[in-house]
Amino acid sequence: MDLFPLWNSLRIAGISTVIIFFVGIFAAYYIAKAPRAVKGVLDVILTLPLVLPPTVVGYLLLRVLGPKRPIGAWFLSVFDVKLTMTWWSAIFATVIVIFPLMYRTARGAFESFDETLAYSGKSIGLSNTYIFWRIRLPYCRQGILAGTVLAFARALGEYGATSMIAGYTPGRTATISTTVYQLWRTNDDNLAFRWVMVNMAISFVVLLAVNMLEKKARRTGKEKGGGRDVDFG
Amino acid sequence: MSISVDIEKNLGVFRLDVHFSAGNEVIALLGASGCGKSMTLKCIAGIERPDRGRIVVNDVTLFDSEKGINLTPQQRHTGLLFQNYALFPNMTVLQNIRAGARRERDAEKRASITEDIIKSFGLTELVKRYPHQLSGGQQQRVALARILVSDPGVLLLDEPFSALDSHLRFRLEQEVREIIRGFGKSVVLVSHDRDEVFRLSDKIAVMHNGAVEICGEKKEVFARPGTRNAATLTGCKNISPIRKLGQRRVLALDWNMELETAEDVGDAACVGIRMHDLRPEDGCNSFSCQVAEEIENPFSYTVMLKTAGSERTIGWETDKETWRQLRGRFDRICLPPEAIILLKG
Repeated sequence: MDLFPLWNSLRIAGISTVIIFFVGIFAAYYIAKAPRAVKGVLDVILTLPLVLPPTVVGYLLLRVLGPKRPIGAWFLSVFDVKLTMTWWSAIFATVIVIFPLMYRTARGAFESFDETLAYSGKSIGLSNTYIFWRIRLPYCRQGILAGTVLAFARALGEYGATSMIAGYTPGRTATISTTVYQLWRTNDDNLAFRWVMVNMAISFVVLLAVNMLEKKARRTGKEKGGGRDVDFG
Repeated sequence: MSISVDIEKNLGVFRLDVHFSAGNEVIALLGASGCGKSMTLKCIAGIERPDRGRIVVNDVTLFDSEKGINLTPQQRHTGLLFQNYALFPNMTVLQNIRAGARRERDAEKRASITEDIIKSFGLTELVKRYPHQLSGGQQQRVALARILVSDPGVLLLDEPFSALDSHLRFRLEQEVREIIRGFGKSVVLVSHDRDEVFRLSDKIAVMHNGAVEICGEKKEVFARPGTRNAATLTGCKNISPIRKLGQRRVLALDWNMELETAEDVGDAACVGIRMHDLRPEDGCNSFSCQVAEEIENPFSYTVMLKTAGSERTIGWETDKETWRQLRGRFDRICLPPEAIILLKG
């Protein structure tokens, strides 16, 4: 059994998750602070990839990044790089598909943050950067970790947009999901089944991790809150 | 060392319009919850921005809408103690206090001031604990240590005892009083508890619906609250609207009593009298009355009295011994003129 699809899937999912970890957190942080109207509009736009069929995402990506389309053509002429049909092309697809997962969980975590912690930090002279990295993020740690794991799991399973933008080239762009489809199409039921089992095993472990993190987040959340009401009168 | 605040801010439900000043002393903002006291503290600390006005602490202008000055919370050096103490839950006691010392750039000095404050606050045993492993009182002590190590120019205390069980309050209040004395700069205390305010502060500003109704020395404010709201907030429970009968003579409408007053009535619209200022005797302003209800407190009785033709009862608080002797043959109550408080609407 050639393990390339496993390795390729893992690196695509891994890189996409690292990118989306930062992008998702910063988007969540700034949008959580935005005025209500802006928040509403951005929320819809940024969550759209979650409900759109992956083929639609793939189509839109090809419209932009394809070799004859504006950005794709520019990269081809200036850097002599083709943005589609390489193993890393799939990263474009997964990043967009998993963004809403990271963004929404991180925003939920940020909205549960007790702002008085930031206020008291500022009044004792702590910089906004310090407060963000040393107080806000650690406070929201569990929620953000859960979002990251969920995003990683979803990235591993991406099929539609990936197959459109990266295609299926054995040993070059093949991922687990595109391999399963290809093997089933060519009647290699035995091997297809093995890859299905690999995929199931990974997803199982990941979801288990998410559940454990969420339980832990709820527990520490209770400790932090201390059950006290705060009166802002 | 001083603080002077004169700000306005639209809060939707009402306008915040606060002005007060204090020197090297404790000034209390006394008011019901939701009256804008905490918002005032947030404006001083730079967390909220007033629409207009000026805030000056120790001769440094923190905010001035006309000159366009608005320092960041970090630049203001105001030590704000929140009701829930706002300790960083992911840090130990030691890390929390160290965070407060980060303004000090010199590492050695930072370590020594941190150590000093831990010792003087008696926190040595607790340094490795996390906030959720501390009692409410310990949390408050850590929060105060964290604030004082940051060397604030003014101390802002937002309902510092409201998160504590009542039996802990008194002891912690003494601790806080000690800390305030050692602080030696202006302190602004926000509270709705008149006893706490009276014990801890030098000056009182009574707030109602975002405005300061009266501001002055605490004894003066308790003796002459001036307005109905201020009288209620300082614990005066007997208040009645009046009709003016003469220069020093009024009819208290709720109690149907014609009263002599020690001061000129002027444009007062109400009178008040504190429950413990009534006397069970004959004399000026005395009336025959009936007991409508007697309420037993742990160490006193509150006797609700009704005079002929009155609409409402008037409350008299007396010690248990006095009431035990009088009960049954009691029929006259006196409102000494000098105890009558004249109030505007």
